[in-house]
Amino acid sequence: MSWDVVIGLEIHCQLATRSKIFSSAPTAYGAEPNTQANLIDLGFPGVLPVLNGEAVRLAVTFGLAIGADIAPRSVFARKNYFYPDLPKGYQISQYELPIVNGGTVEITADDGTLRRINVTRAHLEEDAGKSLHENFTDQSGIDLNRAGTPLIEIVSEPEIKSAREAADYMRRVHELVRYLGISDGNMQEGSFRCDANVSLRASADAPLGTRTEIKNLNSFRFIERAIEHEIERQADILEAGGSIVQETRLYDADADETRSMRSKEAANDYRYFPDPDLLPVVIDDAFVDGVRGAMPELPDARKQRFVADYGLRAEDADVLVGQRPMADYFEAVAGSAEPKLAANWVLGEFTAALNRDGTAVADAPVDAAALASLLARIADKTISGTAAKQVFEAMWAGEGDADSVIDAKGLRQITDSGAIEAIVDEVIAASPEQVQQFRDGKEKVIGYLVGQVMKASRGKADPAEVNRVLRDKLTGG
Amino acid sequence: MTAMHELTLTGMRDGLHDGRFTARELTAHLLARIEAAQPRLNAFITITADAALAAADAADARIKNGSARALEGLPIAHKDIFCTDGVRTSCGSRMLEQFVPPYDATAVALLADAGAIVLGKTNMDEFAMGSSNETSFFGDVHNPWREGLSPGGSSGGSAAAVSARLVGAATGTDTGGSIRQPAALCGITGLKPTYGRVSRFGMIAFASSLDQAGTLTRTAEDAALLLGAMSGLDPRDSTSVDAPVDDYVAALDAPLEGLRIGVVQEFMGEGLDADYAVAVRAATAEFEARGATLVNVSLGNIGLSVPTYYVVAPAECSSNLSRFDGIRFGHRADNPADLEDLYRRSRGEGFGAEVKRRIMTGTYVLSAGYYDAYYLQAQKVRRLISADFARAFEDVDLVVGPTTPTPAFGLGEKTDDPITMYLNDIYTIGANLAGLPAMSVPCGFVNGLPAGLQLVAPAFGEGRMLAAAHQYQQTTDWHQKAPGGWS
Amino acid sequence: MSIGSDDIEKLAVLARLSFEGDELGDITDKLAAIVAFVDQLGEADTASVTPMAHPLDQVQRLRADAPDADIDRARLQACSDATEDGLYLVPRVIE
Ligand SMILES: [Mg+2]
Ligand SMILES: [Zn+2]
Repeated sequence: MSWDVVIGLEIHCQLATRSKIFSSAPTAYGAEPNTQANLIDLGFPGVLPVLNGEAVRLAVTFGLAIGADIAPRSVFARKNYFYPDLPKGYQISQYELPIVNGGTVEITADDGTLRRINVTRAHLEEDAGKSLHENFTDQSGIDLNRAGTPLIEIVSEPEIKSAREAADYMRRVHELVRYLGISDGNMQEGSFRCDANVSLRASADAPLGTRTEIKNLNSFRFIERAIEHEIERQADILEAGGSIVQETRLYDADADETRSMRSKEAANDYRYFPDPDLLPVVIDDAFVDGVRGAMPELPDARKQRFVADYGLRAEDADVLVGQRPMADYFEAVAGSAEPKLAANWVLGEFTAALNRDGTAVADAPVDAAALASLLARIADKTISGTAAKQVFEAMWAGEGDADSVIDAKGLRQITDSGAIEAIVDEVIAASPEQVQQFRDGKEKVIGYLVGQVMKASRGKADPAEVNRVLRDKLTGG
Repeated sequence: MTAMHELTLTGMRDGLHDGRFTARELTAHLLARIEAAQPRLNAFITITADAALAAADAADARIKNGSARALEGLPIAHKDIFCTDGVRTSCGSRMLEQFVPPYDATAVALLADAGAIVLGKTNMDEFAMGSSNETSFFGDVHNPWREGLSPGGSSGGSAAAVSARLVGAATGTDTGGSIRQPAALCGITGLKPTYGRVSRFGMIAFASSLDQAGTLTRTAEDAALLLGAMSGLDPRDSTSVDAPVDDYVAALDAPLEGLRIGVVQEFMGEGLDADYAVAVRAATAEFEARGATLVNVSLGNIGLSVPTYYVVAPAECSSNLSRFDGIRFGHRADNPADLEDLYRRSRGEGFGAEVKRRIMTGTYVLSAGYYDAYYLQAQKVRRLISADFARAFEDVDLVVGPTTPTPAFGLGEKTDDPITMYLNDIYTIGANLAGLPAMSVPCGFVNGLPAGLQLVAPAFGEGRMLAAAHQYQQTTDWHQKAPGGWS
Repeated sequence: MSIGSDDIEKLAVLARLSFEGDELGDITDKLAAIVAFVDQLGEADTASVTPMAHPLDQVQRLRADAPDADIDRARLQACSDATEDGLYLVPRVIE
């Protein structure tokens, strides 16, 4: 039978601050164990937390970006439980009064339409450390470098209807936080991770079923597969007449399955209460206005502007805006080149080269100004599009700017029709078979002949001119 | 000539500056007294003789070359709840028997910066949870006025040390009366400032919304001297307040004339020892004779202060003490079978009975199903109590009453019944719940044992309160009485 | 309400405390007495009262985001009884 699937996601996203949320220890990833955990992160006796204003600013940025309400007064609470990676025996989080309430994230629904998923809340909290099991037989080693790293936990309403939608939601939030520059979003390093609450019910108007929570989903692929497995697992149980146990399950990517974490369930009672070491966080209009003023143009608005102002296709605008550096790069190129040509190049050659070399936009050897000057040479017909690709590769390889590469390689386009005619004559003479086919009505052969001429000119002939001359000679001649 | 140890802190300062004795002489003299007293009073957990003598030499050099600071060369002790860089800080617990912090509490650093010399760390109830000093892992402290009696708690070691003239002054902390009650029971002056006045950084937390560091001294004048050096905004404590630090010493001359003093009616009735009441009434009469106006005030909800406190304080402590898990510092159980065993035995062995009781109480009042009835209700009653004080202060400048219901009680007398012990703090807890500054000054004797008068002021009214206490001490001599054998 | 040994065990697990021998009976009796004592809070009429979490009506200060890398791991770990290769050691954590 088919089930109505109900999914809510909790995303933990590290905020890109330089120091921790309640201490001045650095947040850089990958340091020697316990070298980035100070007295406060280690929870030494008598030490106290002081809130990092930047973490507040970044959380407010996120809230504004999803159209949420920013709480004028929010409160930190302690979530009490014992775990070796949690030094104080409590996590400082927000419970009754989170900093961000409401807001929406737009996803592409399974039916292809756009749908807004409501965000319940996003709250500030501190990350825990890590337990390491390698290198020890019957012990675990605790590294608290990550302890105290600022997080926002973004909680969605249970409005997501499939594993694919869940992955799309996660991707959209990921794109957004990176676009806003509030998180590096690095999933391998644990900067962006997701828990999924999944339940099934017979139909959309039936009451909600018992849910399970799948923890530790740190890739788009995993979230989709883990939820698919969980839907299947629950459906099997329900169809066999069984009932779902409310529990936490862990996704094991190696085994590609979820398994119960009953150990973690044992008598959980977090005893939340307001943290007496911290005072209410009061955010006034001036603070919010300041954050709003410093915010970049939001992706949705930018997409619409790309379509309206630059005449881009919606799909191309969507891809460009998906990554803010890409969108910025495009705009810089489009500032001095024909926008559609710029979009084609940024999404084509440029993206391909980035992907091939695993390079970030910021580190690309061809910057926006360089690419714009290359496109200018196409526009003024100095070089052909074909030749431009060679020039681009040479520029990427560090062989110089567009003009010097063009000169060095002798790629200046041949626009002189006398010179083109000479090459065309050579090609016609050398391709009697194709010439005959064309004359017999096989139009498509013209492409081959143009290609031969371009090849003979080493890409330098103007393809439009070649086409014209060829047709002249083959039909008129 | 008066012996050095008989001088107040202010007197010691004058002696040092007049060249009557050196800091080294003073320090060595008091260290000898501490050593001699230790078997009888057990006021100290750690004595830092070498560091103190070295600091005394440095102080003498500064005094000589004219670069003396406000507290240069003055001998003090810290309650062993304040973290001291490189010096064991036990908090009176087996849990921290070996703990040597790599940092100073802000109050410790400020007093050191002002030139004070630390002779040692004083005994206390374990994690400041107690009113008799009997919960200390390091043994009972005896009251200098009569051995075999409690000095009060939790700052019992500090109170006994000041009372027995072993140090010029000592620091303490007060969560429900832990400075004022032992000060009263030992016949000295104890000051708990406004919540947020002195930084809590490096002061091992018991109940974060109630804890406040303060002073145990012989006189209000000495308290003013120390408080000025300890106070102020600390960027490392979010709850420390950015309010100007008054010149408390300069404010001491404010006269009593025109002062309106409220006598708390709820504190003068049933439960108060009759002779104690006589002493308190005599004290209020003295204020009146000096030109103050007495008014009866009522704090309608104060009767619920003890149960309120015994929900709020355990709730906060149950969470604050979770960091003692045997992993990064503190007692670690031998050969743990597994992680749970490591936790439960490290904590079970490291904490004493009263601490465990409060952690269990706090865990209970915060747990699902009980939070609203206990924790939240206590927070609401706390608001009512605080509002009672605010209403009283619309009418008066200070409120006064007894510090404790009875003078010092016998060691072992109340240990079996936690509720009776808790009720010892019935008059002091209100100021912690409301975050108000309060102090206890000696006001007489009951059966040869000191009684204390408590003064409570509006928030940041330390200056006015200290002045009133100082003026009282100009025409009374209760604060000058030394316990027999210790003068 | 009365507190039984089941409640005590549940609380002791939450608080990660062990009670040996006589301690168990003692904590059971005394916790019951304490709870009975604080039960009187229920008498107060607090219908329209806002809970008071802090004694002073202040708001949180915000710190500048300035990292300080001055962390002496060896000195910090000197406080621990069990470290190896810079890690704190605990009995194996099972997930
Ligand atoms: Mg969560
Ligand atoms: Zn979370």
